[in-house]
Amino acid sequence: MNNKFILIFFLIFLSFCFIIFYKGLNNSNTYIPKISEEKNIPLFKAKDFNSNIDITSDKVFEKNSYYIVNIWASWCVPCRKEHPLLMELSKTQSVKLIGLNYRDKLKNAKKFINELGNPYSQILIDNDGMLAVEFGAYGVPETFLIDKNKKIIEKFVGPINQEIVEKIKLIIK
Amino acid sequence: MFANQIGYYSLILGLLISVLLCGVSIKDFNSNSKQISQNILSLSFLQLFFVIISFLSLILSFINSDFSNETVFNNSHTTKPLFYKISGTWGNHEGSLLLWLLVLTLFIFVFLIKSKEQPKKYRILTLLFQEVIIIGFFLFVLVTSNPFNYLFPIPTEGLGLNPILQDPALAIHPPILYLGYVGTSIIFSSSLAAVTQNYVSKEWGQHIKKWVLVSWVFLTIGIMLGSIWAYYELGWGGFWFWDPVENVSLMPWLTLTALIHCILVLERRGTLTSWVVILSITTFTLSMCGTFLVRSGILNSVHTFANDPARGIFILIFLFILIILSLGVFFLFHKENNKNSNNFFWLSRETSILVNNWFMMFFLSVILIGTVYPIFLDVISAEKISVGPPFYQKLIVPFLIPFLLFMSLGPRLKWIKSKIENKNSLIITFIISVILTFFIIKNLTSDLLFYTLLVSAAFFLFFTTLKELFIKKSNNISQSVAHFGFSLLILSILFNSILSSEIITNIKIGEKYIFSKGEIFFKKIEKSEESNFNSIIAYFEIKNENGKIIELNPEIRVYNQPEVITSEADIKTTLLEDKFLVMNLVKGNEYFNIRYQVKPFMIWIWISVLLLSLGGLMSLFKKKYEQ
Repeated sequence: MNNKFILIFFLIFLSFCFIIFYKGLNNSNTYIPKISEEKNIPLFKAKDFNSNIDITSDKVFEKNSYYIVNIWASWCVPCRKEHPLLMELSKTQSVKLIGLNYRDKLKNAKKFINELGNPYSQILIDNDGMLAVEFGAYGVPETFLIDKNKKIIEKFVGPINQEIVEKIKLIIK
Repeated sequence: MFANQIGYYSLILGLLISVLLCGVSIKDFNSNSKQISQNILSLSFLQLFFVIISFLSLILSFINSDFSNETVFNNSHTTKPLFYKISGTWGNHEGSLLLWLLVLTLFIFVFLIKSKEQPKKYRILTLLFQEVIIIGFFLFVLVTSNPFNYLFPIPTEGLGLNPILQDPALAIHPPILYLGYVGTSIIFSSSLAAVTQNYVSKEWGQHIKKWVLVSWVFLTIGIMLGSIWAYYELGWGGFWFWDPVENVSLMPWLTLTALIHCILVLERRGTLTSWVVILSITTFTLSMCGTFLVRSGILNSVHTFANDPARGIFILIFLFILIILSLGVFFLFHKENNKNSNNFFWLSRETSILVNNWFMMFFLSVILIGTVYPIFLDVISAEKISVGPPFYQKLIVPFLIPFLLFMSLGPRLKWIKSKIENKNSLIITFIISVILTFFIIKNLTSDLLFYTLLVSAAFFLFFTTLKELFIKKSNNISQSVAHFGFSLLILSILFNSILSSEIITNIKIGEKYIFSKGEIFFKKIEKSEESNFNSIIAYFEIKNENGKIIELNPEIRVYNQPEVITSEADIKTTLLEDKFLVMNLVKGNEYFNIRYQVKPFMIWIWISVLLLSLGGLMSLFKKKYEQ
């Protein structure tokens, strides 16, 4: 009697596993990150790139302005590619660019900025990558658009392209 | 082209013989003769023979770069060195399945020859269960993954073998691992046969123990080779990444390890029969499950070459048929021997083995959940997660402490009823371990209490087994060697992870990078050309604190077929530590991104795994002097 119960339980469990695996087979396993829904920006404290002084997130982000947070590093190849586009965006008045220097050597990062220009109104240092994690980043480069209520409204994984630049410009108009 | 057809038709002949073999076996099962008929042996040999022919013709096609064969076209290239042309045979989906089949048929043939003293009905049933698996694989190969598909018009050049697979360790990794994986099929078939014949007994235990040990030794070495490959070739700077496919090979290893210990109890005392049977079934099911996960492309991993749902569905259905078959057999026929079942005295060898089993089952569940949970979650809630090393480390590492302590004490206990002897010497050993550990790691880690406990538990096992090996000269040397190997493994892994250091930086030619413990000087680069790749070899000089200079030459290879860039790490190995340097190209820039790691005791990880398998081997060849 007891055995029968176990057997039936097993069979039900097995059928469940079978269905899951069967469905799993037909799922594509390419990874498409979900664009995070409107989310408040994290509260943090970080060192400023130039002055090396601690500043808090309240000081960095003010209300009534759009911000673009761009996670970059000097060792990151695609960052180099998207840099001219960031330079282009920095020319728009209605948005401020905040750079998040991700797991980088200060010396290399400064060289990078000197070489390619500085699109950012402020750069924060994220030595251990924790800040990027708090923003919900997957890696470098990544770009977040923050609205006037300090909410993250868009997230772009990977280097931005002309299309994204147009999209951002449309939103902040 | 000719080889192609021979290969294909021998596969079909092989399948026909398998079916015939089933018929003959069933007929012989009901006959009155005492020995199994000679026909069965001959047919089993023929079955093996045809698979060998088929396998050889595939190898021949690879050697001749016969691109009229689709498998060869997809996985080979004329400029590849001969060694990798041959290893390319099993470096792909179709060929590796043919290898499965080869090992399956080889093992059942060896089983039939080696089991002459066993009861006839048991042997025939084992053969029948094995034939179910073999026919399944024949059909799988022929229907979904034919290695002899014909291409016309014949391409002039092949697509090449994935460069990361062109590595000596990886060339022998699949065959060795398969010997272990497929070896478990014999354990599976024979345990089912033994259950139906009510033959799960001391005699059966002695007989099947050899197969368990053989599979275990091959599996252990196979896993190690895979790990060596990941360390040297993938350039990730580690030896275990908790990648799903690595986990899939570790899971049968855990159940097989538990099985070895259970069989010892079965062999001595004739108990734990349910454990033995369930573990035998689980081990093979996990091997099959591994094949399913790897071959179907349901997981994303370095190993998933095939991404064809039809194949996945075939293995999935086959896998579940086998599970249901084995469950059915188990529930219908298995009778727990109640006379002297699990009423063990709490302090005895049997109990300690049971404790070992429960630990193994715990580790198994953690790994199983970590591996398949993402699939379940994805299907049920369309949420993608990936389970990484922190999950496994958090759940497994703390439990190593009691596990290691039990492992130090368990083998010292006697069968049936025991008491702990030499309490004082044990306590002294333990105190020495704790003090030693404390002084070694006091400045190394922030989590002092936890690591002291963990490392001293490992030292405790190390010292107790060491004592058994050299001072007491226990008569169970194989066990001491294996356990000693295990303690060494844990110690090397622990110190490796605590003491490893890493430097990542961008550097250009002629530059010096100075860090707290020395400096890295990037001297120059040189270019060289090989038949199947071009390479950039970098010359680095690394000076350590004492001013001693070593030279490391990492390489960037640009393979021509298929066009892939790989980074070859340069590793200088000494008994104490490995120095590991790998570099990557930073595009459009004169800088190279380098990663320099110092990894202590790396070589001891491999040595200890070899010791572990040596223990298994010794146990295999051990005469019966112990009884």
